[in-house]
Amino acid sequence: MRIELEKRPDVSKLYAFVSPLLALVLTLAFGAIMFAMLGKDPVEALDAFFVEPLLEVWSLHELAIKAAPLILIAVGLAVCYRSNNWNIGAEGQFTIGAITGSYIPIVFYDWHSPLVLPLMLLLGALGGALFAAIPALLKAHFNTNEILTSLMLVYIAQLFLDWLIRGAWRDPKGFNFPVSRDFAPEAVLPAIWEESGRAHWAFIFAIAAAIGVWFMLRYTLKGFEIVVLGQSERAGRFAGFSSKKMIWFSFLFSGALAGLAGISEVSGSIGHLQPAISPGYGFTAIIVAFLGRLNPLGIIASGLVLALTYLGGEAAQLSLGVSDKVTRVFQGLLLFFVLSCDTLIYYKIRIVWSRLRGGAA
Amino acid sequence: MSIFEAILLTVITASTPLVIAALGELVTERSGVLNLGVEGMMIMGAVAAFAGAQMSGSPYVGIVCGIASGALFSLLFAFLTLTLVANQVATGLALTLLGLGVSGMLGEAYVSVPGIRLEEIVIPLLSDIPVIGHVLFRQDLIFYLSIALVVGVSWFLFRSRSGLKLRAIGDNHGSAHALGINVIRTRYLAVMFGGACAGLAGAQLSLVYTPQWAENMSAGRGWITLALVVFASWRPWRVFAGGYLFGAVTILQLHAQAFGLGIPAQFLSMLPYAATIVVLIIISHNRRTTLINTPASLGKAFVPER
Repeated sequence: MRIELEKRPDVSKLYAFVSPLLALVLTLAFGAIMFAMLGKDPVEALDAFFVEPLLEVWSLHELAIKAAPLILIAVGLAVCYRSNNWNIGAEGQFTIGAITGSYIPIVFYDWHSPLVLPLMLLLGALGGALFAAIPALLKAHFNTNEILTSLMLVYIAQLFLDWLIRGAWRDPKGFNFPVSRDFAPEAVLPAIWEESGRAHWAFIFAIAAAIGVWFMLRYTLKGFEIVVLGQSERAGRFAGFSSKKMIWFSFLFSGALAGLAGISEVSGSIGHLQPAISPGYGFTAIIVAFLGRLNPLGIIASGLVLALTYLGGEAAQLSLGVSDKVTRVFQGLLLFFVLSCDTLIYYKIRIVWSRLRGGAA
Repeated sequence: MSIFEAILLTVITASTPLVIAALGELVTERSGVLNLGVEGMMIMGAVAAFAGAQMSGSPYVGIVCGIASGALFSLLFAFLTLTLVANQVATGLALTLLGLGVSGMLGEAYVSVPGIRLEEIVIPLLSDIPVIGHVLFRQDLIFYLSIALVVGVSWFLFRSRSGLKLRAIGDNHGSAHALGINVIRTRYLAVMFGGACAGLAGAQLSLVYTPQWAENMSAGRGWITLALVVFASWRPWRVFAGGYLFGAVTILQLHAQAFGLGIPAQFLSMLPYAATIVVLIIISHNRRTTLINTPASLGKAFVPER
């Protein structure tokens, strides 16, 4: 048996829409098999994982809380990936954004002003952008592989946060726990709809960023430049676009969004700095970007789906007693199926059962 | 045993997994395939080796499990990128994410279970040579394998007919196909060799380096491996040298922490990652030499025309 591919004359619009859905269905099917192998009733398990978290208002808030950083980061990454810049260090930019944004509420704890929060968000975005500027600089001027440099910087950012929290920024009244002091009320990102749950403004930032980038990609010259340079650097150069400038733009932009996500998460959901501030949002956002087909509106939808895997993982841990690592497995599987289903968009797939049939007969 | 010998021994232990995994990735990349999933294959090898050793009571069964799981796991990557021509960068990332998830789930039962350490094999006579004997000839099987791999891969690539074909595919898959070389099958084998090596490197982590299982215990070594291949400009002996350079940085950093130089531990722990970045800058800044050394078809999909 062998699989043959035949290039479609045109990109299939139908499959561009169907393939992410097909990937979801395949992931669910594999998830059911996996649960069965773990000795759980697959229907009950999938229900607990993917349906029950959607049935209560408070958990919809939790969904928005987890979707916000994913969407914010993934929208930035989509700009990178579309222009062929492989920033995979968003986790590090998220961490640095959380640190720079926390500078004011930790170091100037006694400064009370309505300016605190906007300044924090600004500093967070700035920190993320500056940290992303390192791989951009290295790629643009030293031709260094941005995948490896941006990833190495993730480890460096996490160690830096660890040092800060165990040293200078540790809460003197924290019983020696490695946490910073809790942010003052004016440094906390407000809830959107306080009566029913915790969801805070980060979700609004995420939706706004997605719509903004969607508009930019679709209607502006910058968006055209991104797409052209991504598809062919040569064609872009003939059009007078600079791929060097695009490296800078895409990294600074995605870094700023990741940094904003970082400070929003710390200020809105956690309320202080601690050594672990992200359950891998920066890496999961890569899946979000691809599942959303690098389209900002698609990313809103896929961000919600991936947020559900986090919620479902927590729920399944409580109600089914399965490991919360199941979440990561689901996320990995999903990315695999997304990538394989994408083949359908560009190729017709034929399964050839025997190599010799016809020829040998 | 002198301090010097002790340090040398730890450097070897830290360098061996880097050398092995990088050699595997080197062969994969020489065939024109960029597999960024080394970290994922390595951690799968680590958990499979640990589980295999626990269940059988023998670390050698563990080694076999590590190699097999790495190779099998890489088959997923091969199917997606070679048969379905999915994007190699994204698929490699997927392999790493999936590997970290699956290994975490499988390994949960083994957290804080005491591990089985792979014993040393003492080579008679040679091991009696002062200093060198103790360091080089009282080692575990995986160290000896790593040396054999450096020699073997080097011979295969530059002295054998199959190696010539593999390099031809990596440099121009179109012409290689026209010459009647089976591009896809060769690449499948190259990817699986890379996976097997990453699995063996993972086995070294959970059977020799720290004989235990901890989640994410590969700690970015798979990624450092990828940088090593660039550093070595796709040459096996330079991978060997580079692997030991990085191993030495890792160990010196640990010793510096123990001496208490007044530099915070976290900053010393950053050293291997920072060193990777610095090395990449030095190697890559001359665009021309990089282009000459890089396999020309690296990362490009191949669809045979019919």
